[in-house]
Amino acid sequence: MTTESGRSDNLAALLRDRAETLTARWVELSAAPLKGRLSVAELDRELTELYSVLLAAVETGNRDAHGSAFADVRALLSDISRRRARAGFTPTETAIGVFALKQAFFELVDRAEGAGLGDVVVLSQLLDALGLWTFESYARAREEVIDEQAEQLLELTTPVVKLWDGVLAVPLVGTLDSARTQVVMEKLLESLVSTGAAHAIIDITGVLAVDTQVAQHLLKTVMAARLMGAECTISGIRPHIAQTIVGLGIEFGDIPTKASLADALRHALKRSGVDFVRADGRR
Amino acid sequence: MERIPILKIGDVLLASIQIDLQDRDVLALQEDLAERISETGAHGVILDITAVDIVDSFIGRMFATIAATSRLFDAHTVVVGMRPAVAITLVELGLTLGEVRTALDLEKGLAILAELGEQAPR
Amino acid sequence: MTDPSAREDIPITADEDVVRVRQVVRAYAQRAKLGLVDQTKLVTATSELARNTLIYGGGGTATVRLVTEGRRQGVSARFHDEGPGIPDTELALTDGWTSGGGMGLGLSGARRLVDEFELDTEAGRGTTVTVVKWSR
Repeated sequence: MTTESGRSDNLAALLRDRAETLTARWVELSAAPLKGRLSVAELDRELTELYSVLLAAVETGNRDAHGSAFADVRALLSDISRRRARAGFTPTETAIGVFALKQAFFELVDRAEGAGLGDVVVLSQLLDALGLWTFESYARAREEVIDEQAEQLLELTTPVVKLWDGVLAVPLVGTLDSARTQVVMEKLLESLVSTGAAHAIIDITGVLAVDTQVAQHLLKTVMAARLMGAECTISGIRPHIAQTIVGLGIEFGDIPTKASLADALRHALKRSGVDFVRADGRR
Repeated sequence: MERIPILKIGDVLLASIQIDLQDRDVLALQEDLAERISETGAHGVILDITAVDIVDSFIGRMFATIAATSRLFDAHTVVVGMRPAVAITLVELGLTLGEVRTALDLEKGLAILAELGEQAPR
Repeated sequence: MTDPSAREDIPITADEDVVRVRQVVRAYAQRAKLGLVDQTKLVTATSELARNTLIYGGGGTATVRLVTEGRRQGVSARFHDEGPGIPDTELALTDGWTSGGGMGLGLSGARRLVDEFELDTEAGRGTTVTVVKWSR
């Protein structure tokens, strides 16, 4: 890495003098692989800005792509990568924007327009480092997207519903992992506060498997609800899950469990003084 | 330090905790409540912790102590308004609140005391 | 970490310092983007530890700092005193054990509330407890 500042290469002068030729060719080369998914005008705006920031950094004499002189370049590249990642471009399509400048520069050298080998090497190294930076920013942005989606999915799959005045229920479906259980449980407890409901039912009819941690979370939620002054019933425990729970040696103790959601609702209503009677007077 | 005001509504004493509790505030509240219960012959105590964002073992022990003390004067204690995060933390901490009853809000707390009062006519 | 605001020392010599520790830890937990439940767990744990430092250690210092590991952010809190130390750490970390008339949940309870827990103590040499809670 060429980190010595004040190194006497021709790069700054070259980039300044040939700005127009280089940017034009750069835009041209970058536009091709994007196949029109980004307008040339937009690309031109982006790359012209990037070029001017890059030029400013090169003019400081510093050649360390990770140094403070290049902070603005990196910030701008992060920005662009982030936008590309969110717009669904591939990593190659994203990084090509940086590497295309290299090609534009090589072509310039090829025409022997005043650039020496030293300049080529230095610029190559710089652009390689910046290209890698682009990759990393891209990957980071993608991870953020994945995290957000995971969170949204969690929100979607775990509704807290009101069954009756003062009775809430969370029907849990699918595979419960520890993180998801925790989020659901927090949401349920929050809903108790916001609705003032004194009964909650956690229905696990749709749950395929329960491990120790998940069972513990369920238990803790029931205990936390109790501390808050609400009663929590667990309903819909399938036979094999019941066996797991017993096998794991987890004590459900005095926590009310009911076979079905309907039973749990009847139990909750009874506790709050409501009784069901058929219209003809029979139960 | 400031003393937590204790209000009397009918035969219920209400202490609403609005400050970040120091240990000595906790001890002072315990004493004040014991005094007020014996003075007034109240049949119930409500501790409103809606504004309390943490309950550690010291504060939790106060709830249990107040409840036990009030039982000596034939009064019940209800803690109302515990936040979900606080409840989850207390469960993790392994703290039990002894004879303390809990309710989601003040209204439900008063209802519990009314019910308990009916069950044990005096 | 070079950011000076990423660390704060709080002397623990009186009752109100325990409250101060809670407030500082809460602020740091918010900066580290811990969820509300995790914030509450961490603040509660540090409240227990600060009280231990005050009562059993005869006072000491709390050091709160932001920590990062890869993409995770967290808060670390270190409690140091030069008190009598704990002769039997095994026992001290058992639920229900207490030497000071509490409920005996201080150390063992605090440990359950955090992600990392380190106890360094010896009779006569003082005690240092470090806890870390990470954002999820």
